[in-house]
Amino acid sequence: MDRNHLNGGLKGWLYLLPALLFLGVFMVYPLIDVFVYSFEEGYNSASQTYFGIGGYNYAYVLRDPYFLQAVKNTFLLVVITVPLSTGIALLISVGLHSIRPLRDLLQTVYFLPYVTNTLAVGMVFMILFKKTAYSDGLINLFITWFGGESVDFIDGPYRAKMFVLCLYTIWVVMPFKILILTGALASVNPEYYRAAKVDGTSNLRIFTRITLPMISPMLFYLIITGFIGAFKAYSDAVALFGTNLNAAGMNTIVGYVYDMLYGDSGGYPSYASAAAIILFAIVFTITCINLLVSKRKIHY
Amino acid sequence: MPCQIRRDRRATGTAGYRKANGIHMEVVLQNLTKKFPGRDRKNRSEVTAVNGINLEIPDGELIGLLGPSGCGKSTVLNLISGLLKPTEGQIFFGADDVTKLPPENRGIGLVFQNYALYPHLTVRQNILFPLENLKGKDKLSKAEMAKKAEEAAELVQIDGLMDRKPSELSGGQQQRVAIARALVKTPKVLLLDEPLSNLDARLRIQTREEIRRIQRETRITTVFVTHDQEEAMSISDRIAVMKDGVIQQIGRPQEVYDSPANLFVAKFLGTPPINVFAGQIREHMLYIGSDAVFRVNGVSDGEVYVGVRPEGFVRGETGVFRCKLSRVEVMGRDISMVCENAASLNPAVRVIVGTQDERGAETVLVPEGSEVRFALIPRKVFLFDRKTEERICFEEN
Repeated sequence: MDRNHLNGGLKGWLYLLPALLFLGVFMVYPLIDVFVYSFEEGYNSASQTYFGIGGYNYAYVLRDPYFLQAVKNTFLLVVITVPLSTGIALLISVGLHSIRPLRDLLQTVYFLPYVTNTLAVGMVFMILFKKTAYSDGLINLFITWFGGESVDFIDGPYRAKMFVLCLYTIWVVMPFKILILTGALASVNPEYYRAAKVDGTSNLRIFTRITLPMISPMLFYLIITGFIGAFKAYSDAVALFGTNLNAAGMNTIVGYVYDMLYGDSGGYPSYASAAAIILFAIVFTITCINLLVSKRKIHY
Repeated sequence: MPCQIRRDRRATGTAGYRKANGIHMEVVLQNLTKKFPGRDRKNRSEVTAVNGINLEIPDGELIGLLGPSGCGKSTVLNLISGLLKPTEGQIFFGADDVTKLPPENRGIGLVFQNYALYPHLTVRQNILFPLENLKGKDKLSKAEMAKKAEEAAELVQIDGLMDRKPSELSGGQQQRVAIARALVKTPKVLLLDEPLSNLDARLRIQTREEIRRIQRETRITTVFVTHDQEEAMSISDRIAVMKDGVIQQIGRPQEVYDSPANLFVAKFLGTPPINVFAGQIREHMLYIGSDAVFRVNGVSDGEVYVGVRPEGFVRGETGVFRCKLSRVEVMGRDISMVCENAASLNPAVRVIVGTQDERGAETVLVPEGSEVRFALIPRKVFLFDRKTEERICFEEN
């Protein structure tokens, strides 16, 4: 029996081997490597040498105004877009769920941005927001129409740029959330609603006391993945403000890491590694908090 | 035995029945019809789920709505609850026409087939849920609500489980919680939609007795929907057998069993099911196949269906009905003899005989394959018209 057990165990590991290899080579090893890099001071990638081991890379990165700007941008992005996109997606999903005619068509329309290329969406945003020699952009047209002052959303004040970045991010992540939430809403047993109706439950109470708790696992899944996704934002900023994000003051943490490796000021894998580890620590902490909260809130 | 088919399809002369001032909460369905729009893309014709039903349920009675799946019994329940609106007809609770009232204003309690307990709420919160919805003058204080919830829980004997989640309860306990939740607002009418179908056999018997007890204690007019005839017969004051949206027969369970109105009702009630034979009547003699069974009077000659209850056979060497024994199933108390007969319309003829005869001697079994003879008990034999499948009354002699 013991032998059998051993055999079974061995077999199990064998089945897991491909996945473990893959994860090890592409996830665990790089993570450890980055961790090691981040403590090697003055690493030279050409000669593969370094001066010593210590926390200097972290100290440098944490004092770098570009990094601090990137952290600020990223946090703003996370704090603004995750609740907003999830909330709006929930509203739209509930709306979609409660109407019958045209539901399929509308669902498709709402899902379209998900299958649209990021850069194509970026182009559309350019037309909407960018000031060129010929036009101030569609949005500015409206603003001046109603007597407002034309704003430069792409090269103008920080607030305007942040607004566009957040809007863009919400726009891009929304379809997936709507898809997941409409699925979650459809999977709630209609019997619960009928039971609630017999008891004369108001619609608001049905939503807060039945619908929300029932879809809360999916909601928390979206919030957690939303947090992680927003912390790792980079391509959205590039699509809007071009590759020189530091100059635009719209860099994100991932953008900073990229610039440190390959950008014009690049060639500093140690700084990049330190920044990456800091990002990892932030995401890890936030996700843990999220999971703890959700464990307390979701129970069944 | 005089043949009286008690169909009880009273054409609801409700004037005398309904008392405006009484405490009566009888439920009256008048000419109730429900049509659903056809959902099939190719076939958009309407589906008539319930077709002109008239039914009176006296105050405090437990009535079993019985029928095969798709016969419209659940639709009737949903019409009474108000979750569905009838296409035609009216529903009265006592003197009040509730046809147009929404469910919450009808004063009903509804127990769903899968209980529909909110999984994220505890038993206590589930039972409190209907009370917390009350508004305006009906609004209760926290203490009153807690008291009512406790009372309901005590009635169904789950007061020790108040802080558990539904997932931590057995099926039977969940069922009780569902009943408690339906009763907590002290409804005028309690509606049960296949309440036992998710329970295992033993629990089912236990729970149906429990439902009977609760109904007796509260005297709430109760409608109980089921496809299980045994279930319906065991606890109902009266049963209404439905088929294709029409009530076939209403009556006390024993009455309906002993005097089915038509072949469908006869077939639907009883386990093992009734044996049906192709028979004919020639010169006042009833024949099953070539066996002349007994003389019947008051019936004209012709082809008929003959229904014989499994307990309607008496073994005897002089018996007039012959068949070939294919196997014997011993069930402890009884023996089920499975036989072949050419005239049988069922795959096999099932005969229930006791394990001992009237003198207490053990039943002697004959080897399989041999011929057995039975006499038929006329009271257990029903004749049905070949075309209409309606019962034909006869006088035996």
